[in-house]
Parts: sequence; C-alpha cells; structure tokens
Amino acid sequence: MQFDFSDDQKELRDGVRRLLDQRCPISVVRAVADGEAGHSAELWREIGESGFLAAAVPEQYGGVGAGYLELCLVAQELGRSLAPLPTVSSVYQASEALLIAGSDAQKAAWLPRLASGAAIGTVALAERPGETTPGAIAATVRGGKLSGVKIPVADGIAADLAIVLAKDEAGGQSLFLADLGAAGVTREGVKTIDPTRKHARLSFADTPVEPLGAAGQGWALLDRVRDRAAVLTAFEQIGGAEAALFMARDYALQRFAFGRQIGSFQAIKHMLADMYVALELARSNCYYGAWALSVDSDTLPAAAASARVAATQAYQLCSANTIQVHGGMGFTWEFDCHLHYRRSNYLALALGGASLWESRLIAAIRPRAA
Amino acid sequence: MNFDDTPQEADFRARAAAWIANNAPFELGPELDVSGFGHLHLHSVDRIAAAKAWQKKKFDAGWAALRWPREYGGAGASPIEQVIWSEEEGVFGKLSGPFNIGFGMCGPTVMAWASEEQKRHLLPRLAAGEDIWCQLFSEPVAGSDLAGIRTKAVQDGDPGSEAGAGDWIINGQKIWTSGARDADWGLLITRTDPTVLKHRGLTMFFLDMKSPGVEIRPIWQMNEESVFNEVYFTDVRIPDAQRLGEVGQGWTVALTTLMNERMSIGGSMPTGFPQLLDLCTQIETENGPAIDDPRVRSQLARFAVRASGLQYSAFRSISALSRGEQPGPENSIGKLVAGAMMQDIARFALDLEGEAGLLQDKELAPDRARFQEMLLRSPATRIEGGSDEVLRNIIAERVLGLPADIRADKDVPFDQIPTAASAKR
Repeated sequence: MQFDFSDDQKELRDGVRRLLDQRCPISVVRAVADGEAGHSAELWREIGESGFLAAAVPEQYGGVGAGYLELCLVAQELGRSLAPLPTVSSVYQASEALLIAGSDAQKAAWLPRLASGAAIGTVALAERPGETTPGAIAATVRGGKLSGVKIPVADGIAADLAIVLAKDEAGGQSLFLADLGAAGVTREGVKTIDPTRKHARLSFADTPVEPLGAAGQGWALLDRVRDRAAVLTAFEQIGGAEAALFMARDYALQRFAFGRQIGSFQAIKHMLADMYVALELARSNCYYGAWALSVDSDTLPAAAASARVAATQAYQLCSANTIQVHGGMGFTWEFDCHLHYRRSNYLALALGGASLWESRLIAAIRPRAA
Repeated sequence: MNFDDTPQEADFRARAAAWIANNAPFELGPELDVSGFGHLHLHSVDRIAAAKAWQKKKFDAGWAALRWPREYGGAGASPIEQVIWSEEEGVFGKLSGPFNIGFGMCGPTVMAWASEEQKRHLLPRLAAGEDIWCQLFSEPVAGSDLAGIRTKAVQDGDPGSEAGAGDWIINGQKIWTSGARDADWGLLITRTDPTVLKHRGLTMFFLDMKSPGVEIRPIWQMNEESVFNEVYFTDVRIPDAQRLGEVGQGWTVALTTLMNERMSIGGSMPTGFPQLLDLCTQIETENGPAIDDPRVRSQLARFAVRASGLQYSAFRSISALSRGEQPGPENSIGKLVAGAMMQDIARFALDLEGEAGLLQDKELAPDRARFQEMLLRSPATRIEGGSDEVLRNIIAERVLGLPADIRADKDVPFDQIPTAASAKR
C-alpha cells in the first residue's frame, strides 16, 4: 500500500499551480464574474495547449494518456484558483461520457478537440425544479430529431457539443449527442449563483442528434459518467476549500481586535480547526476516490459518492466560515470570500445535490441481504 | 497511489492469517464481538488472564510489538505490516486492551528515554504481556493544563539514608488513571521544583505500582464502570535510576508520550459506524427498513464519510510513516472526529430504536444495548487523552500556525500562579 500521490504527480501539481498563479490571478476570475463571457477563453486556450485537460484521455484521441490521478491533481489546482473554466461540463463529464459510451467515430470526432480545449462539451439534463429523475424528463427524440428545453446547462452559451438525456422512440431514456451548431438550437444565458461559470437555457426544436451509447441506457450511462465526474469535481472542491481555509487563516493573523490578533481567540481558532478537519476528511475520501477511479475499481460508486459528499460539505463549510472570519468585509463584493461561497454552492449542485449523493453512497455500501 | 499489497505485504498477510487461524482463541470470538468499545468486557474468563495469554502466544511466535526492534521484544515490522496484522487479527485485537497504554504511550517513552539495560529488561516483558503499564499524568487540578501538576518528588539527600540515598520521595495524587489496578508499572510525571516556570520544574519517572505508599481507589463512573482510578502517593520511594530524562526535563519527556498517544488513540478508534449501518438495515419502519428512508440515508451518509475519512486519513499517516516521516499534530483529528461521532451515532441509533432506545438491559435492548453503552461512554472519549478543545487548539496552533492562547501564568514561577485557593485569600 502507498496511499499518496507520487513525486512525479506532485511535481505536475506544482507545475499546474505555478501556471495558474501566473495566468489565473483573481482578476481573471473577476473579469468573468463581471463580464458577459461564460468563461475565460484565453485561460482555457492556454490550459488546453498545456495538455493538462487531456491527462486522462488516451493518446489515440489526442490526449496525453497520463491518467486519472494526474487529472485529479489538475482539478484540485483549478478549484484552488477558482478557475473560470468549463471543466466540470467539458472535461469531467462530456469527455468521460464519450470515453464510456462513444462509438469510435464519435470519439475520433470529438475527443481530440475536447482534450485540447478547441471545443467545449456539456451535459444537458435538468428541465425543471426538483431532483432530476426519469419522470422529470420531457425532452424527446423522434426520427433523430431532438425537441425540448434544458435548464440550467453549464457552459451552455459557449459549448459546441451537448450530451442530452431524452426520451427515445422506444419509450426509454437515452443519451444523445447534439452538435450545438446544428439547426433548431436556441441558447439563452441565465443568471446563476456562480457568475464565474455561467449557465444557459438550451432549447431544441427538431435538432438533429445521434445516439450516444445503447438505447434505453441513458441513466445507467449517466451514473457511470457521474461517478467519474464526482471524483474529479470533489478535487476541485477540496482545492477550493483549502484556498478558503487559508484565506480565513491569513485574515485571522492580520486582523486585530481587543488589542490582539483575532486568530488568538479560541472562537476563531476552533472554527478554523473544524474547517481543517472537514477538509482533511474530505481529502482522504478524495484520495481513495482517485485511486478507485484510476484502477476502475468495483468500489468506484461508493468511493466517488464518499469523495463527493465529504468534499461538498468541506467546501460549503470552509467558504461560509471564511466569510464569518472576515466579518462585515467578507460580505462585500470587493473581498473574494463570496467567490468561494458561490463556487462551493454551485459545485454542490453540479452533478446533482448533496442528498442525491448521500443516497447513492448508502445504496453503494448497504449490506446486501444474506 | 496503490491500495494493493506488494508481494512482500501479501506474503506477510498470508502468514499472519494462517497463524491467527491456527492460534487465536476462537472460543472468545462471540464475546469479543459484542464487547463494548473503550474497555474489554469478558464474562466467561478473566479478561486480564485472557489478554496476557494471547499476548504471550503472539510474543512466542514473533507477532508481538510488531514495530519495535527485535532486541526489545518486537518484530521489526513496517508500519504497513502493522496495519495488515490488525486487519487480520480483527476482533482478537480487542484482547490487547490492557496493553494499549503500554504499547502506545509508556513503551515508546521508555524506548526514547530509559537506559539500554532498562529497555532490554522492561520492553520485552511488555511485549510478552508479562507487564501492564499505566500513565500517571492527570491530577485533580491539572487536566488540559497538564503542566500544572502538583504531585511532589523530593530527593532523599541523606547520604546515610537507610531506605536509599538519592531515592525520590513522592507525595500527591493522580486521577483518571486507566487500568491502574491491573498495572505493574506506571509512568509518573512529578514536580521537582515549584519555584521555576511551570514547564521547567517537572521530572519523569517510572514506578513499580506495588511500591509501599501507593494507594489506588477506583472511580465509579457515570456509565457504571470503574476503569478510571485515583492513585495516591504517600512517601513512595523511587530509585533515581528510574528517572527518565534529566531533573527538570519532564515536560520534554511527556511530549514523547503525548505525541505517541495521539497517534495511538486516533489511529485505531472505533466509531460505531459499521454497527449503525447494520442497525439501519434491521430496524423496520412503516416503509420498510430504516435504511430506505431518505432522512436516515442522508444522516447515515454523513456518518459514512466521516468514518471512511478517518480510515483513509490513518492510511495516509501510515504511508507517511513508511516513507520515514514523523507523525505530526495533524493526527489530532482522529480522536477529535471519532469521539464526537460516537456520541452522535449513539443518539441517532437510539432515535431509530424509538422508545425501545431507552432500554439498557442487555437482554431486552436492541443490539444488546450496544448503542446505549456507547451513549454513556462517549462523553469520556471527548475528554480523555486531550479534550476536543485541546485538540482544536493543537490543530489551530501547530498545523494552521495561529497564535497560542494568551496565558495568565506565562513567565510566572509555578508557586506564584493564581489558583482557586489563592483567589479566595
């Protein structure tokens, strides 16, 4: 047993961190928050060219074939820097959906472009309030044409490709691949709680689509995609949680009240200690998730859900408490605390919310009837 | 990142499993299985005799004190082999209970500070289960503020002393001493100079618990057990050769013990989660087993990630240890999380049991009153071996680099530090 990343992997992580320190200062994040664009196109191009996004894509499809452990560490650094990029939709979900379910032709057509960042993919699932379940899907494909409305779709304004869950002609629910440059696609930006990763409403009116994976297997495939995406997203979440924790720690060292650093009060110290504990529990769950993902273990559903549940909790706790430690200043637009608060609550809902993952976790670990 | 055994680890596992299969006291299995946590309960046999017998058997076959060097009775095994052994030993590991303080805290302190001759004498006896150790640290006035202990050690300065020139004479009282009545040896921290700063006037000894003047009084605990004790010292003599470290260096020696305590307690702590998961499949609600209720699932999942987080954090520590890194203050999270979790799980389980959750009679209560016992034991877990608050301070100060608390006793000689008594005067 060796339960840690290798020295080479840590070097890669440090390299990503250096690049993001230079190319993704908070001003880049804020430019997206304050602007119209859904993400930072310049940063996306740069990260794409670096090959970091392609860590887990096989070389035959334009990837670097390094592996998921490497991609997990890239995700952690993207989370730490609040990178305003379509990673959850394009890298962790669309690419993985193609790898899991795509035909050779579909993989060859899309994966190299997604791996380099030349194209952006997304998954279009939700249609109405409430947990998205089979009964909540109205979008329908007939004669190879998709009609329906999906909202909110992450990175829907910029995406070139959407993987859409819709009813098929046989009455089942399947995944379909929609080239968003095709006819009948209308995109409309929607305001969400995290303006650094914008979302859209996508309306389809007889848009030509092709099936992705076997007919009627939409949910089963989506579950597999989500397990992988959950691990990767959880690494973004612990990266963000750590950044929020240290932002609070640094402020507690610098701010004086009653003639002393506020970080010398136990009320503050214990709050920060609890944030650290939540982060470390999440990190350990994430490491196990990374391992399960990297070897495609049978334990992946449980490991992914554990990483996801723990990382969601940790990031939400750390981002809320960093505002608390900053006091009133933490509530201003000017301070960066709210960027983590917003991001943590967006990531908590991407891929389905906490209660969905809690239920998935128990389903995966419940003792089987004898 | 690799969870699989290396060929060498697989071989170790196979040998361990085979030996356990042929030697473990399987007749005690069912009783051990339901034995509560924190304390070994056996009814069919004497628990100390059973613990000593299993320890001796392991020692004779080379499976005791796995990580200790061979010359001190250990097996020179790696941290990972220790983990593998624990996994294979399973429920029989509970039989080590009476030795845990020896292996986890006193043994490592002796190893770091005693003379070579003492180490070669004491440590193999501990490894073989011949000696039980206890830790004589806390006092009525010194819990979290451990360095505030008042038990006095004065050296017999009479060169013609019949009892023993140079001996130390101990007077005072310790409290919360686990297993003192079973112990052969105690690790004792004393105050040798009250006129200097709090941390500077301390000296560490080890003590024969059968020495004249040692009186042990069991404490009747809120959970109707007496694992903790008070230990009184009246003119107890300790030879100077049983001093660990220099006179006045006791705090440094104590830090060795406390660091090992954190590693030893936190890494191996049960949380009750597997038992709760079972309970949730057994308890029936109107809509089927409790585990299918979304509210139950949600809470259960939150426990699950704490339990797995603790387990994987321990694996991370073991991996770091096996690379030669020292266990650091980050290991404080183990007990901090597990202690509160036991209490939360117990309350949650009782709630699931409904009014039957009130029952504490083993014959009537669900799951033989496992969760009721947990409810009543868990408050101690959050206090012993570093309270939740002390552990949070350690994380905040030593891991996150926050300032230490402002202390009213800083730069004040020990005998001038304000106390409840001095405040009344």
